[in-house]
Amino acid sequence: MAEGRMRGSAAPNNLYFPLTLTLSLREREFSRQYHLKRELLKFAIFTILVLLLPLAAKEGYILNVLVFVGIHSILAIALNLLLGYAGQISLGHAGFFGLGAYISGVLTATHGQNPWLAMCYAAGAVGILAFVIGFPILKLKGHYLAMATLGLGIIIYILFNETVDLTGGPSGLSGIPNLTLGTLTFDNDLKNYYLVWTFTLVAILLAVNLANSRIGRALRAIHDSETAARLMGINARFLKVQVFALSALLCSVAGSLYAHVMTFVAPASFGFNFSVELVTMVIIGGLGSIYGSVLGAAILTLLPELLRAFQDYDIIIYGLILILMTMFLPGGLVSMAPVFMSLLRGRRKQPGGAHAEA
Amino acid sequence: MSRTVFSVFLGILLTAAGAFAAEPIKIGALFAVTGPAAFLGEPERNTAQMVVDEINKGGGIKGRKLELVVYDTQGDSTKAVQAATRLIKEDNVVAIIGPSTTGDSMAVIPVVEKAKIPMVSCAAGMKITDPVKKWVFKTAQNDTLAVEKIYEHLKKRKVSRVAILTVSDSFGSSGREQLKAQAAKFGIQILVDDTYGPKDTDMTSQLTKVRGTQAEALICWGTNPGPAVIARNAKQLGLKMPLYMSHGVSSKKFIELAGDAAEGIMIPSGRVIVADLLPKSDKQKKSLMAFVKDYQNHYRKEGDHFGGHAWDAVMLLKGAIEKGGATPDGIRNQLEKTRNFAGIGGIFNYSPADHAGLTKDAFVLVEIKKGDWVLVK
Repeated sequence: MAEGRMRGSAAPNNLYFPLTLTLSLREREFSRQYHLKRELLKFAIFTILVLLLPLAAKEGYILNVLVFVGIHSILAIALNLLLGYAGQISLGHAGFFGLGAYISGVLTATHGQNPWLAMCYAAGAVGILAFVIGFPILKLKGHYLAMATLGLGIIIYILFNETVDLTGGPSGLSGIPNLTLGTLTFDNDLKNYYLVWTFTLVAILLAVNLANSRIGRALRAIHDSETAARLMGINARFLKVQVFALSALLCSVAGSLYAHVMTFVAPASFGFNFSVELVTMVIIGGLGSIYGSVLGAAILTLLPELLRAFQDYDIIIYGLILILMTMFLPGGLVSMAPVFMSLLRGRRKQPGGAHAEA
Repeated sequence: MSRTVFSVFLGILLTAAGAFAAEPIKIGALFAVTGPAAFLGEPERNTAQMVVDEINKGGGIKGRKLELVVYDTQGDSTKAVQAATRLIKEDNVVAIIGPSTTGDSMAVIPVVEKAKIPMVSCAAGMKITDPVKKWVFKTAQNDTLAVEKIYEHLKKRKVSRVAILTVSDSFGSSGREQLKAQAAKFGIQILVDDTYGPKDTDMTSQLTKVRGTQAEALICWGTNPGPAVIARNAKQLGLKMPLYMSHGVSSKKFIELAGDAAEGIMIPSGRVIVADLLPKSDKQKKSLMAFVKDYQNHYRKEGDHFGGHAWDAVMLLKGAIEKGGATPDGIRNQLEKTRNFAGIGGIFNYSPADHAGLTKDAFVLVEIKKGDWVLVK
């Protein structure tokens, strides 16, 4: 198809990004810069939005919910890197989240370790664990991978429940200190909001950067066809394990934040249900879209709160909304974005695919 | 100009309205109405709503109606914290009832302690009120009290060698811990300490092991259906020693499941299931009969222990509001001064050093005879 151009213009390390093959070098450079600018703009707008939101929320309970939206966003972004980009499902991510929370919790509450150090230890330990487990587990595909990760999540969950002396068992571990920075203690919703969202913004930046890099393109190639990706010289197996470990590491950081914000952890928050909720966040938001993940996390965290007005029927309505969203917006909520933007501008722009909307 | 007039007018209107119809007293409730702990949360929610309705029918508290704001925690501590924050910041409640589970309660404690809102938990875990937290009380009986009740009876019968068989979940492990910790105090020797899984369907091997020892009694700690299986297996094996179960099975459901094998089994239990058998002199009789009758009328179902915990929580708050006024401070201080409150779970005596308020007399020992409960004297 694009043989001629390929020989002429495409650099060898970009061979596996089919789209670039059709562009000349100059066009590509231009499009890259344009893309970069657009990403930066998006990020800047989003950051301002995040900074200003507490003004609208005042000191109400919504601020408390928004803290959890931030934590869930990190988790959804982490899972999206694996599920949306590399196309590898995980039904055990709540386990990594829980490990981060418990390692931080036990180290600080029981052993009086510095919370920031504990967070680093947790992230390191969980990252290494995922890296080691990743090799055998990611050899599996499809349903088998889903089952293996599901099993992993359940094993971790059982560990939290059964190691009563260490974790406090089913009734939880309390007395975890808040994070501090110098004389500043993150002990109310407003401070926690800025703390958590700083981490979320960094996670977004990291993820967007990764998605637009060579590695990001390689991951998408694996997603489309692992065999083809390998043929083009991608070390698919290693890359999958790496992204799995990174994803777990991010979850662990989110877990540590959760532990210090809540000052309490119990196993019930890290069960299979929560793993499924995370997958739902990513899919509702849009696979392969970082901001989509944030949106998905926000919707799934805020919706139950808004629906409390319906009392006993809230679960039914909640389920119904999720069904309708997946039926009519299979590309996720972000697939609405181009339509929305064109409405805003009053003219129809060519809608970008879900991948390009990262 | 017109704006000033308007705001003055509005101000007068509001004060007038406040004077005529006293604002309702808002009480928050956190129950695990759905999720794995729904068997706790549902009867608790039903009972709390019922009691509040009854109080309002009777004219409320000092002319002010009660308003109950219930949020579902789904047994998840994250949701419990969000809901508690909402109750405090959005709904401005003066006190909180619940949560249903120990985990949820522990999660909510930092929130209520910081906001200085009194909370009356309906969960059983000892750590909720041990050590004592300024704003936290609870109504469900500690597991320790049930253990003491059994050991006391064993001592009376001069039985000193026992076997224990506990389920390997949070309820069983807490029971096992207490059984072992209290044994020495009552001069009891545990010869066999065995466990079974929550989903096991045959305990013959554990029971065979027990049969081969000098044990004079078997104590089993679990919730349905495990203990029923043990009762059946024990009968099949012809095990002659007396069998004690925990308060985890003090419901009609256990008798249904165990059938004939339930005969002669002894259980420490709250008084709800034997309300009509109690002598007139029992201080709790009045409360118990009221609860059982009201619940039957409202929901066409038998009231259970869990509903009882919520009943106690609402009534304790009612008493505190009557004496101390409808402010968080007043309620807390009056709650702590509660003495001899005869509720469903027992007779409550709170003090600055004790926010659980019950003794082992909160339990009675019942025996199963001809498929029904009989009080053991």
